[in-house]
Amino acid sequence: MARLAAVLALMLLAGPAAADEVSPDRAARLQHLVLQDCGSCHGLTRKGGLGSPLTREALGGADPHAIAGIILDGLPGTAMPPWRPLLTETEALWIANYLLEEPAE
Amino acid sequence: MTSIAPLSRRAVLGLAAAGLLAAATARAETPCCATGDLGLIVERATGSLIVVDQSERAAVGRIEGLGDLSHASLVYSPDERYAFVFGRDGGLTKVDILARTIVKRVVQAGNSIGGAISDDGRLVAVSNYEPGGVRVFDADTLDMVADIPTGSKTVGLVDAPGRRFVFSLWDAGATWIADMSGAAPAITKLAGVGTNPYDGLITGDGRTYIAGLFGEDGLVRIDLWAKRPKPERILPHYGRGREKLPVYKMPHLEGWALAGDQFVLPAVGQHEVLWMDARDFREVARTPTHGQPVFAMARPGGRQVWVNYAHPLNDTIQVIDSQSHEIVHELTPGPAVLHMEFTARGTEVWVSVRDADRVDIYDAVTFEKLGEITAKSPSGIFFTARAHRIGL
Repeated sequence: MARLAAVLALMLLAGPAAADEVSPDRAARLQHLVLQDCGSCHGLTRKGGLGSPLTREALGGADPHAIAGIILDGLPGTAMPPWRPLLTETEALWIANYLLEEPAE
Repeated sequence: MTSIAPLSRRAVLGLAAAGLLAAATARAETPCCATGDLGLIVERATGSLIVVDQSERAAVGRIEGLGDLSHASLVYSPDERYAFVFGRDGGLTKVDILARTIVKRVVQAGNSIGGAISDDGRLVAVSNYEPGGVRVFDADTLDMVADIPTGSKTVGLVDAPGRRFVFSLWDAGATWIADMSGAAPAITKLAGVGTNPYDGLITGDGRTYIAGLFGEDGLVRIDLWAKRPKPERILPHYGRGREKLPVYKMPHLEGWALAGDQFVLPAVGQHEVLWMDARDFREVARTPTHGQPVFAMARPGGRQVWVNYAHPLNDTIQVIDSQSHEIVHELTPGPAVLHMEFTARGTEVWVSVRDADRVDIYDAVTFEKLGEITAKSPSGIFFTARAHRIGL
């Protein structure tokens, strides 16, 4: 939780990307989603599987909005589904920033 | 005391028998050596396994240190003592379920997705995403005996009779049959299987390999008894042009998918299971379901099929009658039901409820809940009876 708090603080400091609409409770659930459900295809350590690796290094400082776009709309022709039915744009951006900032376990 | 007379042959035999009896009694008092009703449950987030006792409906031990166990699966040695665990991180770990220890662990690839054990129990094969292909190991030593690169993410690896392994190539749309009965692997490559095969199964008789396709509506079957096995499309166009729904978790085909004289298969991108005649491979029915099916598993005997679902509808299980194809029962064990495992004769079903950190045990006939076991983020449940099933 300390790490989560640190990430949240970091994101608040980050300015426009600040996910002030994502409550700490929701953030914890999004973090769980990344680990467990994104992890089904991308690995619990985010090193990839059927899906591509999602470690900080693999994402290589990509634009968080571009990542959020992939999360929301998926990648046609691949197994990456659109998450728009389940996530808001703010939540997708929160996940994008989380992936870019948070080292995988 | 007089000197001991030479023991008669009969006395010697008698003593030996007494010794054996004592040893047998000691074994009986120490319930250490029977594994027939044991099993292993994967704790995916902590890289550990729980050893469970089916009769006791209890956890009896834990084995730790197995790495990234997301999507982990395992197979058993013929004596049901050892399990070979396939981790996502490329780790292949041999564990002793009696001693509850790791016997050996090798990280054989960067990223892997399941494995199989040969029919004679001598070889363990692992299918890998990175680098793509299959690597085969000696079951005793875990020394690599064959490396079969495919240039593709490799999925749906099963054992087939005759010391063979069958697997599919996600990127290449192919299925390969590796015959390991000779000095070097003999590979038969079947192209044109279809777009993005995502998993495979082999029937209990070892005859039919079925791969599911993610990239198109339909599945493919290969008759391994044929002189020249070839891919044949089955259930083509089951989506019938309907828009695909998002698939938040890939279905799994491995399992007890044969219900009597029908296969039951999860549709991809549709909230349905598909029923197919096992003789002519034609669709006989479909059942609308609660969500995207992940596992459709027939209770041993085939009377009913239990189905769990993909995120976010994964708190529910539906039970479908294999004769009427109607849903006869629905239960909601809790958040993130990942896997189900039947006891060998189908009396009970154990259900992993990942986000409740629990495994629930149900009577498979009355649906009554019989017990539960605490586990950390449980996923796959594997009972030792799998040791004696082709394809498991």
